Formats: sequence, structure tokens, C-alpha cells
Amino acid sequence: MTDFLNALVILANFILVPGLAYGSQLALGALGVTLVYGVLRFSNFAHGETMAFGTMLVILVTWMLQGAGASFGPLPTALLALPIGIAGAVVLCLVTDRLVYRYYRRQRASSVIYLIVSVGVMFVYNGLIRFVIGPRDQNFTDGQRFIMKAREFKNMTGLNEGLAIKTTQAVTLGTAVVTVGIVFWFLNKTRTGKSMRAFSDNEDLALLSGINPDRVVMIAWIMTAALATIAGTLYGLDKSFKPFVYLQLLLPIFAAAIVGGVGNPLGAIAGGFVIAFSELFVTFAYKRVVTYMVPESMAPEGLVQILSTDYKFAVSFMILVIVLLVKPTGIFSGKSL
Amino acid sequence: MTMSGRNIGLFALMALLLMSVGFIQSWDVSLTLLNLCIISAIMALGVNIQWGYAGLFNVGTMGFAALGGLAAMLVSVPPVTAAWKAGGAGVVGGIVAAVVTVIAGMYAWRKTADMGRSRYWVTGLVVLVGYVVLRSLIDPAVSAIEKVDATKAGYLGGFGLPIIFSWLVGGVFAAGAAWVVGRISLGLRSDYLAIATLGISEIIIYMLKFEDWLTRGVKNVAGLPRPVPYEVDLNESAGFQSWATGMGLEVETASSILVKLCYAGLFSIVLLVVLYLSEVALRSPWGRMMRAIRDNETAAAAMGKNVTSRHLQVFILGSAVIGVAGAMLTTLDGQFTPTTYQPLRFTFLIWVMVIVGGSGNNWGAVLGGFVIWFFWIEAEPIGHWLMSTLTSGMEEGHWLRLHLIESAAHMRLLTMGLVLLLVLRFAPRGLIPEVKR
Repeated sequence: MTDFLNALVILANFILVPGLAYGSQLALGALGVTLVYGVLRFSNFAHGETMAFGTMLVILVTWMLQGAGASFGPLPTALLALPIGIAGAVVLCLVTDRLVYRYYRRQRASSVIYLIVSVGVMFVYNGLIRFVIGPRDQNFTDGQRFIMKAREFKNMTGLNEGLAIKTTQAVTLGTAVVTVGIVFWFLNKTRTGKSMRAFSDNEDLALLSGINPDRVVMIAWIMTAALATIAGTLYGLDKSFKPFVYLQLLLPIFAAAIVGGVGNPLGAIAGGFVIAFSELFVTFAYKRVVTYMVPESMAPEGLVQILSTDYKFAVSFMILVIVLLVKPTGIFSGKSL
Repeated sequence: MTMSGRNIGLFALMALLLMSVGFIQSWDVSLTLLNLCIISAIMALGVNIQWGYAGLFNVGTMGFAALGGLAAMLVSVPPVTAAWKAGGAGVVGGIVAAVVTVIAGMYAWRKTADMGRSRYWVTGLVVLVGYVVLRSLIDPAVSAIEKVDATKAGYLGGFGLPIIFSWLVGGVFAAGAAWVVGRISLGLRSDYLAIATLGISEIIIYMLKFEDWLTRGVKNVAGLPRPVPYEVDLNESAGFQSWATGMGLEVETASSILVKLCYAGLFSIVLLVVLYLSEVALRSPWGRMMRAIRDNETAAAAMGKNVTSRHLQVFILGSAVIGVAGAMLTTLDGQFTPTTYQPLRFTFLIWVMVIVGGSGNNWGAVLGGFVIWFFWIEAEPIGHWLMSTLTSGMEEGHWLRLHLIESAAHMRLLTMGLVLLLVLRFAPRGLIPEVKR
């Protein structure tokens, strides 16, 4: 029985807890992609860089706050800096929309033109970020490191295996729940949110009913920028901030959005967790779990790992491929924003 | 192939630019630039086939170029017999198992169409069993191979053939990958192709970095054989020495220039062949059909054209051209370095070339390849100079000055992004616009 509990604790420690945190980050990222897709009708390749840009602002403000001696008790100071980061990212997105995307909207350009343009925007952002903060790794996590340390858990339960929960993981999950709650409340209960959904569902009909398209687009960008900054900051707190990592996150985020059905917010959240947990399930070495579960003589010699961790990004691609082959409209097809 | 005076003028200007580098910096630099310009032009032609002819957006140019590079390495390097003995059978068995798994999985999927939910489980189980067999065959083989003379080899090696064959093989590799990606993502929404190519190119790079038994990973494979003579041999040959002194040149300079000229000759042949074939294809009924599909898919489909399979065809062709260029690039470098494949350099830059040059026009793609590569290289000294001049008013050690000079390298990203956005907005037809036929 204890063996079984030990095995469960390992799984919780290495898959459940990190998966919940990573899944929330991806879900918030995918929600942003889906919002842009729903309203502006293109896959925004610059989304990863928007995340990085917002995070960069948060880091800069965090450093200033830390320099001024401010702190948020046991929680990371970055949370205090978050509103300023969001404001900066909103300005960036709105300026980009005004200078770049609006022209193509007026032209009613095809979605592939938007794709290329967004790739161009991605590289401009990328250059901007590297220009300001440089390409190196930045660590900006502070506050209490752990909510529960592995040793405390062992003492508490008397098990061999420990369960550690980092503060950043709890903060991630908490922030994600609050953010998603606000987004859904906004989309479903407020007049503006409803007009956004109407616009996403049927643009012509929405225009006929007197919905102002410029306003809908503006609100979509504001929400996207906020979601991107939150997702980016949470990821940066949990792991660390490297500008190029956000480019690599683009693939899992797109995969999450497509798995859930692009344009569908609920799907984006489900997709985020599907991708995060699959990544961890597939790249986790089950050796110690299996050792606990089977008689001693049958203990495995290898790592019992389905795929090496080097290929964790390949997992999201494989899921993407499977979804495209089996159900290209995603799990939650048939519904939109 | 008619060209207006303006276009000839643009190419002449480009030649002038390259020559001025020859006079100002050195001919060696100028020829290095020229060689890379030619390779860039070929890659741009490949992207132009996909984008200009058919309107397909491929964000994975990097992956296809890297497959070309892999081909160059695999074809030219001599096989490591000890490694083959240690794990060759296991690896071959593993590859056979992989192929069998894919076929069995597809068979299971087709045969279980009426089974409802359990269809997923049956297919999944078949694939899982196949995967376990694959891993049990390949894992011991891989670790055995990587132990063989780890400092020098630790991989299977290649086929020891002349490297020039790899240019074709690289095309075939890239075409194979393109077939898989295209089969999956074409026929769906246009974004899916972009996202799928982004994914496959990342994964190809990861494989090249981590599958040490195949590529030596980040340890690189250096010293690939060349299709042209080595400078050292030329320097030592008496005939060359007397020829060089007869021409009034230093022997070392002459040999390095001659080697680069040989490369330039070989590359030019490929460029001309690809360009000729592309132009012929564009003018043929096939080219007309592709344009019809690009401009109005629904109308073309109504005329009985199979849009998806035509897209697949043109996607494979374009990727093959990119693969050829990737193999040529590795041939020129003389070593296979998986870490050099950066999306910026191999995906984004090529796109800028095509857009700036003129999408849909092959001559435009070639010119774009030359112009953008030229400025990409020359931007670094220019950017550095600009930043130093702009900040010359500040004190020597001011943090902002140091930061700005240090960050000048990142200006290239910003500039190229801006160039792309500006051209798309204000001159979407590019330097040499597509000819309306």
C-alpha cells in the first residue's frame, strides 16, 4: 500500500503539479491566439513575442520595484509589476494594429497575407526585445520559493517520496483561474463581450446590428495583450525568461488552440492542459514508479521513458498531427467564441 | 526569357555592388558573398515556387534546408565500419520496425472504421506495440554506436560518395518531408500548413541535434570532402605556383580565389538549371493552372482541377529546391553544424528575399536573394558604424552607449522585419513584379 502511495506521490510531484502549472500557462497563451483568430481571423505568429514583450516590461518594472525596496511578501514582486507590463503590451498591440493590421483589414486581405505580416511583426518584436533586454537568461523570481518542501511532505506523511509545490506553481494556477474567470464573465455576461462573440460568429450580421468593428478589434487586442503578458510572466516566473524560448512556445500554444478548436475559448483551455499533460506523460521516466508498483525482481533497468525530454516539443507536434488527421476542427468543434 | 531594361539595370547594379566590395574590402570577401548569394537565390526560388506560384505559406524553410545539409553529410562522409558492426543491424531493424508500425497503424485505422470509439484504442495499441518493438531494437544499437570511438566518430558515418550527389539526395530528403507535411495539412485551412511546417522544421532541427548516432549531434561533422580542389594542394603544386606568379598574384590569394570561383561556377550551373526549369514550368499549361488555382481556388476546382493534390505537388517541388540549396550550403561550409540552423536566417530571411524581390517572379526571387543576402552581411559593419557615430557625443564608457553598440547586432532583426512590413504594405509586388500573362 505504501508502495502504491509512493508511486502516486512521484506522479503527482513530477506530472500533476508541473502539468497544472504548465497547462495553465499554455491555456492562457492559447486563449490569446484563439481570441485573435476569432475576431481578426488569422493565426497570430507574433503571439509568442507579445508574451515575451509583456514579460520583459514586467521584469524591468520588477527590478525597479526591487531596487526601491518594494516586495509582495511571500509572493513574487512580479505580480505587482504585472499591470504595468499589461499596459505596455496593450499599447504595443494597439500601435501595431493601427500601423500594420488595420490597413490589411480595410483591404480585406486574405488570411495568408495576415500570416506573413504577423511573421514580420514577430521579427520586429523579437529585435525590439533583444535590443532592450538582450538575448540572455533573466531570473526575476523572488519571494518564498516553496509552499511545501519535499522534506516537509515526507515528515508529514511518513512516505519515502516527497511532494514539492513551488510558490510560482500555485501562483500560476491561481492567477490563471482568476484570469480565465474574468475572460468568460466578460464574454458571456457583458454587452461588449456579447458583441465580440456576435462579431466572431457572423461578421456581416454583427455589422448590420450596429456593432462597431473597430471597437471589437480594439478590445480583442487589449484582451490578447493582457492574456499574453500574464501567460508570459507566469511562464517566466516558473521557468526563467529567455527571449528565444517564447518563439519555441509558439508551437505548443498553436497546438493547444487547434486541439481545442481554433476560435473556441473553452477549447483553448482544454487544449492547453491536453498538450501540457501529454508532454509530461510522454517524456517522464517511469522507472521509479514502476519499481514501486512491481515485485522487486521485475524492477526495470532502463528509464522506462516513452520519449527523451529533448523531444518535448515534438509531442505537441504529434498531437497536432493526430488532430489534423482525425478531427481537423478540434475537440470542441461547432462552437465559436 | 525577356527582360526589360529596368530589370537588367537592377541586376547590373547588384553586380556593381559585389564588385565594389571586391575593390573596397577584398575579392575574397566579394566571392564569399557571391557564393552565398547564389545559394540564397536558389532557396528563394524554392519559396517562390510555393508562394508565388501557388500561394502556400511555408514557415519551415529552415527544416528543409537542414535536411539538405544532412544529405550532404550522409552522402560524403565515409562509413564507420566499427559502428556499423556494433549497431548497424539494430538501427536497420528499428527503421524497418518504424515503417511497419506506420503501415500497420494506417491499416488498423482503415479497417476499424465501423468500430466507433474503440477504433482509437485499437489503432493506438497497434502503434504502441510497434513503438515498443522499435525502441527495444534501436536503443541498445544506438548506445553501442555512440560508444565506438566517441571522440572522433560515435556515429554510423555516411556512404563515402562524392559530395556533389548529395545535392540531389538533399532535394529528395526535403521532398519526402514535404510530402508527409503536405499530406497532413494541405486541404485544410491555410494556417494549418504554416503551423505544421513551423513544427516539422523545429523537430527536424531537434533530431539533428540529439540523434548522435546519425549526425553526431552538437559535436558536428567537420571536414566534409569537397567537390573542388583544396587550397593547400594548389599552393603546393608547382604548375599552379608558376601560373599564379605569371598572373602577378600571390599564391595564397590566387588559390583561395580560384577555389571560390570553382564553387561559384558549380553553384551558378545549379541556379541556372533551377531558374530555367522554373521559368519553363511557369509558362507551361501547368503554370497557368497553378496561377488559376492561386487566384481563385473555387473557380479552379469547378473547372475540374484537384486543388489539394496540385498544392501538394507544388509544395514538394519547392521544398526539394530548398533541400538542394541546403545541401549546397553545407558543401560550401565543409562541415555539418546542426546548431547553425536558426529560423531567422533560414526561414525568415528567405521570405524577405522573395517578398522584396517580387513574389511570383523567378527573376525577382533571384534578385531578392542577392540583394537581401548582400545587405544582411554588410548591415553588420554598417550598423556598428552607425551606432558608434550616433553615440559619439556620449562619454566613452556611458552605459547607454555600450548597450547600444552591443545591441547593434540585434538591429538586423528589427531592420529585416521592418523591410518586410514596409515592402508588403507599400510595394507588395516587389522589385521585379510578377508579369501579367
